[in-house]
Amino acid sequence: MSTLAHVFEAAGLSTIVLASMKEVAEKMVPPRALYCEFPLGRPLGRPLDASFQRDVLDRAFALLTADGPILESHPEIIESDETPLSCAIPPRFDSSLPPPVDEAQGLRAAYDRAVAKRGTSAVGRAIDADAVPQALSVLHRWAQGASFADVALPGKNTIAVAHDIRSYYTEAALELATGAMPGGRSVEAWFHEMTEAGKTLMAARTSLQDQQAPFPMWFYMAPGHR
Amino acid sequence: MDTTPSGDAAMRAFGANQDVPVFDDPAFTVMTKPLKHARVAIVTSAALHRPDQERYTQGDVRYRAIDRTDRDLVMGHWSPNFDHSGFQMDLNVVYPIDRLEELASDGVIGDVAPRHFAFAGNQPDTVSEVRLDTGPACAQELIADGVDVVILTPV
Repeated sequence: MSTLAHVFEAAGLSTIVLASMKEVAEKMVPPRALYCEFPLGRPLGRPLDASFQRDVLDRAFALLTADGPILESHPEIIESDETPLSCAIPPRFDSSLPPPVDEAQGLRAAYDRAVAKRGTSAVGRAIDADAVPQALSVLHRWAQGASFADVALPGKNTIAVAHDIRSYYTEAALELATGAMPGGRSVEAWFHEMTEAGKTLMAARTSLQDQQAPFPMWFYMAPGHR
Repeated sequence: MDTTPSGDAAMRAFGANQDVPVFDDPAFTVMTKPLKHARVAIVTSAALHRPDQERYTQGDVRYRAIDRTDRDLVMGHWSPNFDHSGFQMDLNVVYPIDRLEELASDGVIGDVAPRHFAFAGNQPDTVSEVRLDTGPACAQELIADGVDVVILTPV
């Protein structure tokens, strides 16, 4: 973002960066930056909170009166809650299926409702929703030791398939969740710690690492700190 | 006691230690008109796109134009290292287009640009393509649209 700020200013535009990493902004010195220590992925701070978002923008626009480079911080810090989302997980239905496959099929109705409401879905980078159970079936086999060279993954690209599975679960979970607005890492924590799909994905990732798969193939399947 | 750093803390620590591009003698464009007469655009690194637009590839250096009226947007960013659920709940938390419309209605800003632009934040380390090619091209599109001020939102 700071790179674009410099490029745009050179072209004659006035810019304001909502910076999410303070040290990066300090090093790159964009012309005007408001550092917002909010959950990464939420530069305006709070979903569905118009007045808070408006406050962020008001503070950003106020920087336009500066006559030289300026970096200010939003006074509020929003911690990224890592408590797993409160969301029901479908009970076992077909015990002949691997647990993550059964689980994914059980979430399909919620996923479909979410897509119907929102009109779009992030699923589809490598596979569509119909292929999510099949992809989980392959990850389950990898997790149990099957060779990635022998058992092909639908969609092929592990990073994109992991994204599609995670998005399928995220969209279904937001439809099913109860309670307070989920924090910045709540859905991620729910997926990785509470669901069979998340556990399977992590086990498959470990198996790929053990099989000496190329680093990018397994590492970017999940957040780096996991 | 769990001493594992949070995901965001880990990412911020990682970012703090990354090399960044150096800009010698950076430009600073002073606003010459009051905000209430300025046209404002959003440029985000969230890799947003309409479903009918080409998806972002890994390391995609190009940008997509989003019309002012578009709301059915997909976040095409490849990184798993930040929250995607906030955007699913409310696109304004990444792309505050409805807030801009309100600010224009209230007379705080002059106008909302007809088009807004999205890049993918996960760029090659040198960012030379964005710096020398697609970034300047995007700037010219913004200028052609009569934009005065750009709000840059990262993910």
